[in-house]
Amino acid sequence: MSAGEVLLAGHGIRRVWGGLVALDNVSIEIRRGEVHALIGTNGAGKSTLVNILAGEIPPSAGTVELLGQDVGAWSQPRRARAGLARSYQRTTIFPEFTVLENCRLCAQAKHPRPWAIWSAAARCGTSLEAARRAAGRVGLGDELDRPAGLLSHGGRRQLEIGMCLATDPQVLLLDEPLAGMGAEETDRMLALIEELRPGHAILLVEHDMDAVFRIADRITVMVNGQVIASDLPDAIRDNREVQTAYLGEPA
Amino acid sequence: MDLATFLVQCLNSVQFGLLLFLVASGLTLIFGIMGVINLAHGSFYMIGAYMAYGLAPIVAGAVGGGFFATLAFGIVLSVVVGYLLEWAFFSYLYEREHLQQVLMTYGLILVFDELRSIIVDDDVHGVPPPDWLAGSIPLGDLMSYPVYRLFISGVCILLAIGMYFVFTRTRLGMMIRAGSTNREMVQSLGIDIKILYRFVFAAGVALAALAGMIAAPVSSVYPGMGEQVLIICFVVVVIGGIGSVRGALLAALLIGAVDTFGKVLLPSAAGVLIYVLMAAILLWKPAGLFRAG
Amino acid sequence: MAVSRSAVVLCLAALAGLLAWPAFASDFGVDLTTKILIYAILALSLELLVGQTGLVCFGQAAFFGIAAYATVRFSPEYDAAAIWWLLPSAVAASAVFALVMGALSLRTRGVYFIMVTLAFSQMAYYVIHDTPVGGGTDGIYLNVPPSVAVGSTQLLDLSDPLHFYYAALLALVTCFVMLAVALRSRFGRALAGIRVNEQRMRAAGFSTYPYQLAAFVLSGAIAGIAGFLFAIKDGFVNPELLSWHLSGAALVMIILGGLGHLRGAVIGAFALSLLEELFQSRELMGGFSDHWHLGLGASIIACVALLPRGLIGLPRMLRARLLGARQAGAP
Repeated sequence: MSAGEVLLAGHGIRRVWGGLVALDNVSIEIRRGEVHALIGTNGAGKSTLVNILAGEIPPSAGTVELLGQDVGAWSQPRRARAGLARSYQRTTIFPEFTVLENCRLCAQAKHPRPWAIWSAAARCGTSLEAARRAAGRVGLGDELDRPAGLLSHGGRRQLEIGMCLATDPQVLLLDEPLAGMGAEETDRMLALIEELRPGHAILLVEHDMDAVFRIADRITVMVNGQVIASDLPDAIRDNREVQTAYLGEPA
Repeated sequence: MDLATFLVQCLNSVQFGLLLFLVASGLTLIFGIMGVINLAHGSFYMIGAYMAYGLAPIVAGAVGGGFFATLAFGIVLSVVVGYLLEWAFFSYLYEREHLQQVLMTYGLILVFDELRSIIVDDDVHGVPPPDWLAGSIPLGDLMSYPVYRLFISGVCILLAIGMYFVFTRTRLGMMIRAGSTNREMVQSLGIDIKILYRFVFAAGVALAALAGMIAAPVSSVYPGMGEQVLIICFVVVVIGGIGSVRGALLAALLIGAVDTFGKVLLPSAAGVLIYVLMAAILLWKPAGLFRAG
Repeated sequence: MAVSRSAVVLCLAALAGLLAWPAFASDFGVDLTTKILIYAILALSLELLVGQTGLVCFGQAAFFGIAAYATVRFSPEYDAAAIWWLLPSAVAASAVFALVMGALSLRTRGVYFIMVTLAFSQMAYYVIHDTPVGGGTDGIYLNVPPSVAVGSTQLLDLSDPLHFYYAALLALVTCFVMLAVALRSRFGRALAGIRVNEQRMRAAGFSTYPYQLAAFVLSGAIAGIAGFLFAIKDGFVNPELLSWHLSGAALVMIILGGLGHLRGAVIGAFALSLLEELFQSRELMGGFSDHWHLGLGASIIACVALLPRGLIGLPRMLRARLLGARQAGAP
């Protein structure tokens, strides 16, 4: 399983809130064709790191590179248009709109054409096609006309991923996509991520250790804002520091 | 501007600022702790002023009391009114969206205005200060400053100190500060949030009404006074930071200075100045100068 | 957002009624309805900002009043200006102010945003009220309404109340249709997305600020059309056209009618204006009509409390009450 080129990288990222150091000298690389898992205790700084990589908050120091370019000064929308998509821990969908419209609206971001006032969005071929494709990939092809707010919890998490895919991204930042899911839904989600692996660089923030070890090609462990290990899954499993800090007593 | 005039304007600006602080502190607490936008807060100020006007003869006749007796009666009355108002009306607003709160309290302004029109009238009335406060203190050779205005500032300072004491030294103050930053936490600590809210609201109403009462001899009592104060107080609260009493004090003094000196130095632009100030500060700090608590 | 067939039928029926109205109504009735039509345009402009984009603006009166004043100020003293340049100029004045107000206000969020819009509108009020720009606190007069003519043929005589009524109706229908089309477009859908979940829109790749700013400018322009018409209607403008009371009334209109629907704005404008007339009428209210604010205030409170979806939601609410919860679930 050889991973491709680095699509998203953070170097020496530091983030300070007032007197609190949330992230200290964190570096991470996510390659094409690789599922890179990010694990750590609560408050380790995982979400902060994802927010910085996505462009939602600026780092206090350090650089972020997307597809080889320094995007430190780029806003989140700009990074998204360049091929970076992220899902949220707390489901961030449009509950009032249908599943299709949820995806279509996200797909519209690639071809916004806001000045074409007279043409109805609902007939926009480009975004509709991208939306149907994305919805189909996440298994919601049969529920296109359902109001998103009426989906089950698992359905909504799937839609969240679908909305990411609607923009045809190269990099996916998935923030705890398995949260609140049962065994069957988890399997489905992992199968989806497996399917997505070849074309994309995927950063997966997760707490479900079984799932992480099943699917990850690489695991980075964070504790208290610092990276304490970044390696292949087997090496991480055997890593003493990780065991004591995170997984519990050494076996 | 010579020194004496400058001194007079300084004293005026401080007095105005402190009065604004009194009204605004109630507004920012209600805002910050209960999350309610209350457009009718200016009406409480007006009610206080009209109480000073309307209660004086009643209190004089019934108890033979003067200014301070009227004040005492007015404070008690406004606490009761505030308590009832919270129980009957405002407690239903906490869960609603801001827009709905804006409109319902806007309707309340109309109701209060008409009640005032029905119960009293639409005229301007003067309220005389008590005799022993009606004099002036000489400043330099040509100017003198009314003692009553110093009295207003004095009362406001005392209340500000009292508020500081309550907030930082008492359990009640601690609960209030906690409530303004984390409502759910306070509830889960077993503190009856409903009673706390009712109390805070009544206190806010009383502060505004008291401000109206002591301001009445200086500003006169007239129909539009509630509105004028309301808008300025919103500016104070927004500049100071919603929920921050400290911010309200700083902002009120700032606004007092800008408004007072503005009226003297640039009379035609005076009305606009405080809004320009607010726009400027919000562009620098979009959430006001201070955070809640 | 799909519009049901019954809604379209009702709209067309209402339009037919409005077209035929002058044949049945007294002069007062036509005058009142003209005023309501103008307020309906104002309400539509606010619906775009609040109901569609999710920006609660408490300063709509500023756009209204600035255009009204511009109409009077730009017109020659004793001649008729040509509407072809007067209308765009007046609307442009409002649109420019909306651009500046929006650009600065959009830096804030939530309650602060509401207050900043109020502050800007107060600024405009005081400039008009206290400086020579406004021509005095009592207001100024428009001596001659603009001419609506092509070459030497006059199309409309705006000093004729009947012509003016139809001009206002035309303006309302045009604004309504224009907004309906715009809201169906990609731009309109983007606004809706921003309203429901701005964060998701940004994460998908939309720069939300330009969209919100565009909504501001469009809203200001439409409110400007209303202001332009208002100035011509009575030939008189005063600073109270910029007062926050009017901004508040506009908010009441769109909530009363039903937020999130264009026709809600029109319904709300009619409902509020008629409520005001009701409470002010001596025949119906007697001596109480002097204190009509009381009834109006109580009505506003009751409406917001009892009709969270506005009058548009009334049929559904009644159906739910009368037929039980089972039926209410049906689409």
